[in-house]
Amino acid sequence: MLLTRKAEFSASHVCANPALTPVQNHALYGANANPNGHGHNFVLEVTIEGDPDPVTGMVFDLRELKEIINQEVVDPMDHRFLNYEVPPFDRVVPTTENIAIEIWNRLQGRLTASPARLKNVRLFETADLYVDYGGEA
Amino acid sequence: MRLSRRYRFAASHRLNTDALTAEENAALYGKCNNPFGHGHDYVVDVTVEGPVDASGQVVDRQALDWLVREHVLARLDHRNLNCDVPELRGQVATTENLASTVAAMLTVRWDLPARLARVRISETTRNTFELETELETK
Repeated sequence: MLLTRKAEFSASHVCANPALTPVQNHALYGANANPNGHGHNFVLEVTIEGDPDPVTGMVFDLRELKEIINQEVVDPMDHRFLNYEVPPFDRVVPTTENIAIEIWNRLQGRLTASPARLKNVRLFETADLYVDYGGEA
Repeated sequence: MRLSRRYRFAASHRLNTDALTAEENAALYGKCNNPFGHGHDYVVDVTVEGPVDASGQVVDRQALDWLVREHVLARLDHRNLNCDVPELRGQVATTENLASTVAAMLTVRWDLPARLARVRISETTRNTFELETELETK
C-alpha cells in the first residue's frame, strides 16, 4: 500500500553554473538564471510503500513522517535562499531535479529502521512543473 | 527521474460516428453529440523521463515548451477538433483519441534527449485520460 504525505516550503534559488558565462547560463536555464534569485512555493509529496502493521493498521506513523519531513526539509529550507543557506546547493545547482534528489537522500537516511520504504518524492516547483524521483541512478 | 509540465488549450468538438445512426449517436454520446458542437479548456500534462544531466535537468524546459507549443498547442488552441486537425479526421474526437493524437504529434517531432513517457489530458476537472508511451524516442 502507498501512503503520501504533503508538505510545503517557500524558498528562493538561482539556477546557474559558476563555470559558465551569464549568456550560457541564460541559454541553459532561462529566467531561472537571474543572478539575484527568485522564489517558489514548493510543494512536496512524499510517498511511502509498505504493508499496514497488523497491530496499528498503519503503513507508517504519519505523525513521525510529518516530523521527519519537517526536520529534514521544511525547517532547513523554508524561507531560505537555497544557494546560500542550504548545502549542498552552494556547489550543486538547485534545479527542481537536484532538490528532489537531495530531499530523497535526506529522507532515505531517516527511514532505514522501518519495514516501510521510501517510494517516491514528487516536488512541484509550480502547479505547472513537477518532478518524480524514485531513487534511480 | 520524471519531469512533468502542464499546458492548456481551448477547443471545440462533437462526438459522432458515421458507423451509427443519428438516433444511436444521440443515445451513445448524449449532450456531446449536439450537432453544433461544444468546447472545453483542456489541460495537458507532458511527462518526460531520463537521467539528470550535467546541468541538473532531465530536460531543457525551454526546448520542451517550444516543442509542445509549436507542434501541439499552436495546432489545437482555439480550434475545432473535428474540422481543423487533420490527424483526427476519420476518428471520433474523444479525449482518448485526442490523447493518442497528441502523443503522436510529439513523437513525430521529438528531438529531446529525454524520453516522452506519458501524455495526460483533462477534458474537464472530472474527466482525465492518460497514456504511457512505449515508443523509444531519440
